[in-house]
Amino acid sequence: MSEQKETIITVKNLVKKFGNFRANDNLSFEVFKGEIFGFLGANGAGKTTAIKILCGLWAPTSGDINVAGFDIYTQTEQIKRNIGYMSQKFSLYEDITVFENIRLFGGIYGLSRREIAQRATDLMRRLDLEHSRDKLISSLPLGWRQKLAFSVAILHKPKLVFLDEPTGGVDPVTRRKFWDQIYEAADRGITVFVTTHYMDEAEYCDRVSIMVDGRIADIDTPSALKEKYRVKNMNEVFLKIARILPDQNN
Amino acid sequence: MRTILYLIQKELLQVLRNKTMLPIIFIVPIVQLLILVHAATLEMKNIDMYIVDKDLSSTSRGIVQKFESSPFYFINHHSFSMQDAENELRKGNIDIILHIPFGFESELIKGNNSGLQLLIDAINGTAAGLIQSYTQAVLADYNREIMLEWASPGMKERPMSIEITHSFWYNPELDYKTYMVPGILVLLVTLIGMILTALNLVREKELGTAEQINVTPIRKYHFIIGKLFPFWMIALFELAFGLVIGKLLFDIPIVGSLGLLFLFAAVYLFAILGVGLFISTLASTQQQVMFINFFFMLLFILMSGLFTPVETMPDWARVINIANPMAYFMRVNRMILLKGSGFYDILPEFVSVSIYALIILSLAVWRYRKTV
Repeated sequence: MSEQKETIITVKNLVKKFGNFRANDNLSFEVFKGEIFGFLGANGAGKTTAIKILCGLWAPTSGDINVAGFDIYTQTEQIKRNIGYMSQKFSLYEDITVFENIRLFGGIYGLSRREIAQRATDLMRRLDLEHSRDKLISSLPLGWRQKLAFSVAILHKPKLVFLDEPTGGVDPVTRRKFWDQIYEAADRGITVFVTTHYMDEAEYCDRVSIMVDGRIADIDTPSALKEKYRVKNMNEVFLKIARILPDQNN
Repeated sequence: MRTILYLIQKELLQVLRNKTMLPIIFIVPIVQLLILVHAATLEMKNIDMYIVDKDLSSTSRGIVQKFESSPFYFINHHSFSMQDAENELRKGNIDIILHIPFGFESELIKGNNSGLQLLIDAINGTAAGLIQSYTQAVLADYNREIMLEWASPGMKERPMSIEITHSFWYNPELDYKTYMVPGILVLLVTLIGMILTALNLVREKELGTAEQINVTPIRKYHFIIGKLFPFWMIALFELAFGLVIGKLLFDIPIVGSLGLLFLFAAVYLFAILGVGLFISTLASTQQQVMFINFFFMLLFILMSGLFTPVETMPDWARVINIANPMAYFMRVNRMILLKGSGFYDILPEFVSVSIYALIILSLAVWRYRKTV
């Protein structure tokens, strides 16, 4: 069924070396338009490295990479116009207000004054943040900040959004709500590329890839993976894969 | 263009809301001017003198009187023992010993050369040099008086002699404050421009907001202009504020054109902001920035001519000083404020600083990477 789907990210033989260390060791995969793609792996498996390369923040050592129809080496700025990004570090400005943050990022993406005002109102209504319009970000609880950061990351209506461990350090209820937001974005046609090490979140993805030691160990839909490894949930899939692969290396 | 305005707006909001930064911007210049101008003085007052007068003649008493009537000397020790005098010098209680040996006057009357001894505490070499020249001037003055008196007793017409009178231009009363205030102003403007800029940029790296900005399609130089412009404004404001304080508190002369001063400062700040930006590309934490800044600031300040004149530096140091932007502004600020120098007088410095700004900004922009 995936043959008819349009790809939005194509990665062939991506290698990123830091000295002798291969953080990304020959990655090849595709992400299809409109899907929620889970990029799983243990801490230090190379997820963040890969996501930073795909966003144009870091240059790869080698490999052919195409994001949103643009080449990673020569068309980085066009890629940046078409993607949104939310990192594991909270990245709105904490010392200015909710609205001022929205205005700043709207302005940077070249939205008009009217568009900014309109989208800001929409966004704050959707997140139930209208009463906090003029509050400093630093005064908001972490869960709210992350929801806001995600909304700001897709303020310019990108084709594709990268979320690097967006739910780190948040309680399960807020995490669940955050995923509602991800579904909403996907419904509006935004492709979601999300890294996480919470395996329950992996169940929410359309397809997942599992990274171990800089390599992709497996990639498929959650149900197919569970079937393949004959286990009940993604947590066990992950444990099996993470245990098998290092053994093969030895 | 609009993007730049959004960035500047954000930057100004951040500074104005910052409850630590805002007071610093106002208080620092006042405190620095008050403390440094008064403390970093090279004026010699209250030189502690120990007199060992073994001659006790009218001539030697004349010399002692000469020193006693000078406002610069403070004489509270007399004795006949060089031993005691040297002990006091060793303890650091006095600055200078004047030793008038026995037979001083009689040798003089016989027409022979007669000698005096000066012993000066030279732990601070600059101060010792000053004390020596002050003291010699007093002695030479007295020497001339007695020569005139003795050479021609009863003569109505005085013999020919060359009398040297002097007047100090641009700072007629040799007021040290007049010299220091413009220098401190340069220090302030540089501090704000260089340290605030570098810290601010690296702070964004630490917080992760720099990454968020780098993932947007913002143009590199839009971002840099948006970042530098607010600090450029703040530093120029700081200069204006410092000048007002200097005028009100110290009544410093403002002889030249303020327009020219601000024109030069505006260009100078491009160079300084460039240095700040460059430093921020070398560092990834605020701690590193502070260390690198400290290293450069110390060199810049000590070689700038703030305390010691650039003209007395060895040649190699003056060559190094070509790369010291502060040295240019230090000179120009004093030239314009105290001397009233015009555009053509400061043209060489103006051209140098412009080239400096161009080079360092290009270097910094080139080093600043959105993709690493």
